Amino acid sequence: MKKTLAISLMFAGALGALSATSAQAIDTKARFMAANCAYCHGPEGKSRGAIPSLAGLEKGYFVEQMKAFRDGSRPATVMQKHAMGYTDAEFDQLGAWFAAIK
Amino acid sequence: MAFDRREFLKISAGVTGAASLGALTGCATASTNKAYKVVVVGAGFGGATCARYLKMWEPKIEVTIIEPNAHFVSCPTSNGVLAGLAKLEDITFTYDHLKKVVNNWVTDTVTGIDTTGRTVKTAGGATISYDRLILAGGIELMFDKVEGYNAEAQKTIMHAWKAGPQTATLRKQLEDMHDGGTFVMSVPMAPYRCPPGPYERACQVATYLKAAKPKSKIIILDGNPDIASKKPLFLAAWTKHYGYGTPNSMIEYRPNNMPRSVDPVKMMVGTEFDDVKGDVINVVPPMRAAAICELAGVRSDSSNTWCPIDYRSFESLAVKNVHVLGDSTLTNFPKSGSVANNTGKMAAAAIVEMFNGREPDSAPVVTNTCYSASTEGTAFHVATVFRYQAAKTGADGKVTPASMVAQKGGGISKEESELEFAYMESWAKNVWADTLGLPG
Repeated sequence: MKKTLAISLMFAGALGALSATSAQAIDTKARFMAANCAYCHGPEGKSRGAIPSLAGLEKGYFVEQMKAFRDGSRPATVMQKHAMGYTDAEFDQLGAWFAAIK
Repeated sequence: MAFDRREFLKISAGVTGAASLGALTGCATASTNKAYKVVVVGAGFGGATCARYLKMWEPKIEVTIIEPNAHFVSCPTSNGVLAGLAKLEDITFTYDHLKKVVNNWVTDTVTGIDTTGRTVKTAGGATISYDRLILAGGIELMFDKVEGYNAEAQKTIMHAWKAGPQTATLRKQLEDMHDGGTFVMSVPMAPYRCPPGPYERACQVATYLKAAKPKSKIIILDGNPDIASKKPLFLAAWTKHYGYGTPNSMIEYRPNNMPRSVDPVKMMVGTEFDDVKGDVINVVPPMRAAAICELAGVRSDSSNTWCPIDYRSFESLAVKNVHVLGDSTLTNFPKSGSVANNTGKMAAAAIVEMFNGREPDSAPVVTNTCYSASTEGTAFHVATVFRYQAAKTGADGKVTPASMVAQKGGGISKEESELEFAYMESWAKNVWADTLGLPG
């Protein structure tokens, strides 16, 4: 009885670990796109100096700003050029990625 | 634009190698204790970044760096040292943080590469085996293409196109030059490392001379038929700040004037047209991919100059399991520090995916942003987003090779600004931190 319980607990543990892993499956495309930004916005989106940080920005705010850069409603030096090269789906992926960085 | 999976597998079998993908997956399982080894040669913007992201994204990969220099010296912003805006120490950084991240650090020079046995030999006598080799050696300067540019001449005439002691010496030569002296500098034929760099150098030296030695002149001998990068912005800066277009212009620009010879005794540079005398001479000779690329047989374009790669992995198109980064590659990217940094991540991302038995991103999107200083407090930029486009075969059977297509909307600043100078300084801090893992 005890042994069965122990085994089923082990199973539950293993399953738990498995589902935790798959739930946290990394969006490697987003990870690369976000890493691409680091040369200006700092490693993990944490900037040193005048360029703003991206880490921890709320996703909706990030996407809204990228769209504003793209249509020119938010003036920018560099960012309109970058915003015009990405799709809405990519804005979402990037927004989710940066929002998750503490 | 849409990427066909079958085409990917086909290309992958030819280029990346289906067998090597299988071997990679095998190494990832617990059934073998043998570590999967990546050896990175060169810890500049490309190699250091690649090593750091490999360890961040897949700690199980064993990463070795082989780098001859004790410190990292940044080419970007090194023209600021010529202007006296910064000291060489300010653009020199420790490798200590990167050393803590990688498995092995070898301070040595690579003297041999066996791409069949997959080993690298060093000058110090070590033989290091690899599963994947990353060549990130930057450029080799071809002094023999300029008559008289021998070892003796190189004591007097600096190129300062690899930041370091050359940069400090050139600054000292400018400090020692008399007011009314002539600074003669050259621009190599494109493609070369840092397309706007020579024109920025003219601005930065002019900034210094304007303040310290205002009777002096700068003669730019450009091998290209025209200003090769950010032309309207450089012309505007030269006109606004340095009298360009007037009889008293500090800067004289001569296109189609490739230096063919140098004479360090007479202090002359010879072009097809003239002999140009200078008080300080700064000739950047023609360049090609680093010599280590030749050792691996990957300097495989038609002129044996640059290294063709697969944009999805930065693996050589000539030799399996050898990846090439940054300035050594034959691509349609500019040879910038930002691009080198990002090619490191593109290769790392692909290697990590393959290690875990997955396909690398079949359609990467990547950016370049590059700032140039026009004075001691103003700068401007070029920015571009690139998307992968697979090779295409037309109805006539003609093959258009794969490329990274510049997206609409990219381009240069409207005008120079103080804000962009602040962004340039921030960019430098961030790209150094991202490349070397410097603490915040």
